[in-house]
Amino acid sequence: MSAAQPLIGRPIERKEDYRFLTGAGQYTDDITLPQQSYGSFLRSPHAHARIRSIDTAAARAAPGVLAVFTGKDLAGIGGLPCGWLIKSIDGSPMKEPKHPVLAEDKVRHVGDQVALVVAESVAQAKAAAALIEVDYEPLPAVVDTATAVRAKSAVHDLAPDNVCYTWAIGDKSAVDAAFARAAHVTRLSIVNNRLIPNAIEPRAANAAYSRADDSYTLYVTSQNPHVERLLMTAFVLGLPEHKVRVIAPDVGGGFGSKIYLYAEETALVWAARRVGRPIKWTAERSESFLTDAHGRDHVSTAELALDRNGKFLALRVHTTANLGAYLSTFASCIPTILYATLLAGQYATPAIYCEVQAVFTNTTPVDAYRGAGRPEATYLIERTVEQAARELKIDPAELRRRNFIRSFPYASPVGLTYDTGDYEATLNRVLDIADVKGFPARKADSAKRGLLRGIGYSCYIEACGIAPSNIAGALGARAGLFEAGEIRVHPTGKVTVFTGSHSHGQGHETTFAQVVADRLGLALEDVDVQHGDTGKVLFGMGTYGSRSLAVGGTAIVKAVDKIIAKGRKIAAHLLEAGETDIEFTRGEFRVVGTDRKKAFAEVALAAYVPHNYPLDKLEPGLNENAFYDPTNFTFPAGSYVCEVEVEPDTGAVRIARFTASDDFGNVINPMIVEGQVHGGLAQGIGQALLEGCVYDSDGQLLTGSYTDYALPRAADLPSFRVDTVKGTPCTHNPLGVKGCGEAGAIGSPPAVMNAILDALAARGVTRLDMPATPYRVWQAIQAASR
Amino acid sequence: MSVTIQLKVNGRPVTAEVRADTLLSALLREQLRLTGTHIGCDTASCGACTVHLDGRAVKSCNVLAVQAQGREVTTIEGITPADGTLHPMQAAFKACHGLQCGFCTPGMVMCAIDVVSHQPHATEEEIRAGLEGNLCRCTGYHNIVRAVAQGAKAMGR
Amino acid sequence: MSDLSYHRPASLAEAARLAAADPDARVIAGGQSVLPSMRLGLLAPSALIDLAGIAELSGIRSDGRTLTIGAMTTHAAVAASKDVRAPLPALARLAQGIGDGQVRNRGTVGGSVANSDPAADYPAAVLALNATIRTNARSIPADRFFTGLFATALEPGELIGTLDFPLGAQAGYAKFPQPASRFALVGVFVARTSNGVRVAVTGAGPCAFRATALEEALTRSFTTEACNGVRVASDTLSSDVHGSAEYRAHLIPVLARRAVQQILA
Repeated sequence: MSAAQPLIGRPIERKEDYRFLTGAGQYTDDITLPQQSYGSFLRSPHAHARIRSIDTAAARAAPGVLAVFTGKDLAGIGGLPCGWLIKSIDGSPMKEPKHPVLAEDKVRHVGDQVALVVAESVAQAKAAAALIEVDYEPLPAVVDTATAVRAKSAVHDLAPDNVCYTWAIGDKSAVDAAFARAAHVTRLSIVNNRLIPNAIEPRAANAAYSRADDSYTLYVTSQNPHVERLLMTAFVLGLPEHKVRVIAPDVGGGFGSKIYLYAEETALVWAARRVGRPIKWTAERSESFLTDAHGRDHVSTAELALDRNGKFLALRVHTTANLGAYLSTFASCIPTILYATLLAGQYATPAIYCEVQAVFTNTTPVDAYRGAGRPEATYLIERTVEQAARELKIDPAELRRRNFIRSFPYASPVGLTYDTGDYEATLNRVLDIADVKGFPARKADSAKRGLLRGIGYSCYIEACGIAPSNIAGALGARAGLFEAGEIRVHPTGKVTVFTGSHSHGQGHETTFAQVVADRLGLALEDVDVQHGDTGKVLFGMGTYGSRSLAVGGTAIVKAVDKIIAKGRKIAAHLLEAGETDIEFTRGEFRVVGTDRKKAFAEVALAAYVPHNYPLDKLEPGLNENAFYDPTNFTFPAGSYVCEVEVEPDTGAVRIARFTASDDFGNVINPMIVEGQVHGGLAQGIGQALLEGCVYDSDGQLLTGSYTDYALPRAADLPSFRVDTVKGTPCTHNPLGVKGCGEAGAIGSPPAVMNAILDALAARGVTRLDMPATPYRVWQAIQAASR
Repeated sequence: MSVTIQLKVNGRPVTAEVRADTLLSALLREQLRLTGTHIGCDTASCGACTVHLDGRAVKSCNVLAVQAQGREVTTIEGITPADGTLHPMQAAFKACHGLQCGFCTPGMVMCAIDVVSHQPHATEEEIRAGLEGNLCRCTGYHNIVRAVAQGAKAMGR
Repeated sequence: MSDLSYHRPASLAEAARLAAADPDARVIAGGQSVLPSMRLGLLAPSALIDLAGIAELSGIRSDGRTLTIGAMTTHAAVAASKDVRAPLPALARLAQGIGDGQVRNRGTVGGSVANSDPAADYPAAVLALNATIRTNARSIPADRFFTGLFATALEPGELIGTLDFPLGAQAGYAKFPQPASRFALVGVFVARTSNGVRVAVTGAGPCAFRATALEEALTRSFTTEACNGVRVASDTLSSDVHGSAEYRAHLIPVLARRAVQQILA
């Protein structure tokens, strides 16, 4: 029964693909329950307004309407919680205004949910919602990140200056001293553009209440159903956790946007009991643009002090981070814990100080989006390093080389300890694959065609495998960050794996099966992976921060080890040998040095048919679970090179080549890992070239559909050269894996922008913000030529 | 106003009562329970709902059910062999890892089949242009483009 | 929207009668603009008058002097038509560049022209090629057809039957797409005939318009260099997050040059 081994390290086709390719996937909106009813939310057309009154009479009387709820009906229900407490420099806790499930006295962003209408059909619910009369008193909107603290209006009364917190990390006096003796200082203003995640499956929920046992079932587009349930029951609705089953079935992409507890599913669960029928809501894309948590939105200044040899002495950063109108689930830790702790990058900069001011505005809440803080840190560092290289006329690769961290473990001045890495190796590799030597010839060729060619580098690091719970707790986390796994061996020796790591594109059903099948010596088809259902999976903290394999996979490995340990005891009994004399290899328990053996399936059968079994010492059955809490973050790193061609007369930018070399430690399925990098690159290139969320000064979203928000299409992107083969294995998890989901989105934006600025250097352009749309590039060329 | 329409869906005759404003995507998903056709936007931009209407790719969220009167509709379910195997284009997507979350996939496959049926030897550039009406947020298109080229070859055999 | 009624007339005359009888009715050709507008609640007609059943509206004919395209002809059919590609390759390329493959399989020439979307491609071709719009009631010269933002010379109840493009022109079309919608941020169609040069611009204003300064410059000297010296005033042009009026004004001669290059190549 043992299949071709090992499975680990092979590009095995995915087990989940058949159902997706044949239209047999089951996404939330595909599920229709008996007696299904439908919800529609009335949303605020104003960015900021006081609600004087709401008249729902006409809506209630409209055809097909079952119920209409407003904030008044939900009085007494808690607000949506924030899972991370950040303290200001002065020790005071962040300002935590209530985030109501349905708006109470005020609306605070366009799209803020004001009322829920439940009807027999979506069309009836929508039509009735349009009949609700809300008397708004519009208030001045706070929109701009950089000036929010000076705005004349306050988003929340308890934060009159719109500041949620002012937080800092690092040794300020050491940094000041280093700047005082610097030979050169590079200064840069950096805007990290606001993005809208845009998973292609819109958010959706379907909530049902059963009077029979006073229980609830919620189908929802979630990356972490257990966390969703915990937050909803314990902090908002006060329902008994064990009476709520949350199922995240097939989920069509997340990228962070489906981590959070949102108002919509919370309102649906609350209303399902009152209406007495299941209620389904599926976001229209226009709603998604207005209500999915946005990402990024930083305005920063960076100063890098260097000695005369180009060695970095210190980095000083000030960042203003836009949190939007309310604190989303993890909003507070993104521009702090997941951002400023990464500001060392790959460099042995001895002193770093970063101050972060987080502000409320009348915009959609901002939270983690693929990379979450780490792209912002990488963009800031890598733009600054490249500018320093240009100012000092040092080759940008050489300047990086001079400053690389070379001995591990390395304790950075911003709180992290990198366990391992080899930055020179990925840099050398990428310079080679990208044929950097051939760049001058390619540049000359582009020039013949009237195009400006540029090359840009980026060397990124990220902290993944989030996270050691005790460290996170000390930093303000209000939840643990372990992961749970269970191995259920069936009597015939087939295996079902239950994992708390939800899969919504990452291919866990294949990767995790490869790990388990390899360890147990089984064929891949004998191992199935289940996830996404609190009714099946024991517990889970979910999928984000490139943690699934490093944390969730490790929990599974630990459970497998327990299975093998118990199997060894059973085998020892069956083989009449001492337990220490039993070895387990390739699916067989064997008495060391003999041909006496029992196959894994025989041992499993004995466990479930325990006729010849040490019942006095051992429980029957073969089922184990494990919780794993990591001892450190993992530190994937890599080097990217981008080449662009710029059309000077239109400003259009084309990515001519993009090359990535990543160190993810050990790789289980290289096909899936490369796919993760491709997707990350596309999102990072999208941020750099196309995607920009724009509000007008009244807080109206100007980029609220695909006709104004440019998501990368096939023709916008090149084929990528991706290299992920040789790495430094993580030192503190048994698989030696680091995580790969976010790398592409973290490393690529600075590579693209550095390339464009290199191309435009001859035209005198030194300043350009993302997204580098044709219009913006043209403007930069015009400004420089004046 | 409700209208009775007759059409063929995946080779079978269908008679349905629809409202004048019922979209073809709603007829497929809600009345016929063919949920492989997905809805990802409200501006006919994302292509997740792509089906074939008389053999040509269209966005079913941008066609009224009444406009399909007397015509032949093929969905992702309709191109899937009944014996558990895959259409050559589906198989190419699997072999090339041309899908991740799977949500855009049915529309992507239906579009790809239309593209290569007209351009069996499409270049990478032509494939990328041919997929202009389909958004994918997971793959960066790299493996989708490879899959379409490989699927085209397999379909030509 | 729930009381929406649906008509599927068999002749243009019947369709026109239905449209004239109900000012809140909306004629639907391919529906690629009408349906998204209805879904977003921007349009709530009382009735849809579907032109798909009118055989006389489909097809492409050429008598060697005039290319006649029926209003219900899809963009895909125009792009693929030998009768278009041989004499007017620029028009076929324009059709091939509209929207995406799925939209081209549904969207129609007549729908696009009648809609007069400020960023649609066809209006530039219709204007530059000096086409004649033949309706159920009359013939309208291109120069009098596009009157404003989503506005045309069509009277209530008046429907396009065919578009007649005079043959004999050399033509080029250069489009700079808006990055998100892929509609024209600016598109410039240049037609060179024995009577002179006509240049039409789409995407830059409330509706397609002729760029007379470019026409004069190119009539004097039909070279790419002739475009370089032309400055287009930006004061009547559109401005949005994707480009200011100045940027659009700048792009017009740049794209005209590219269109001229196509003709000279």
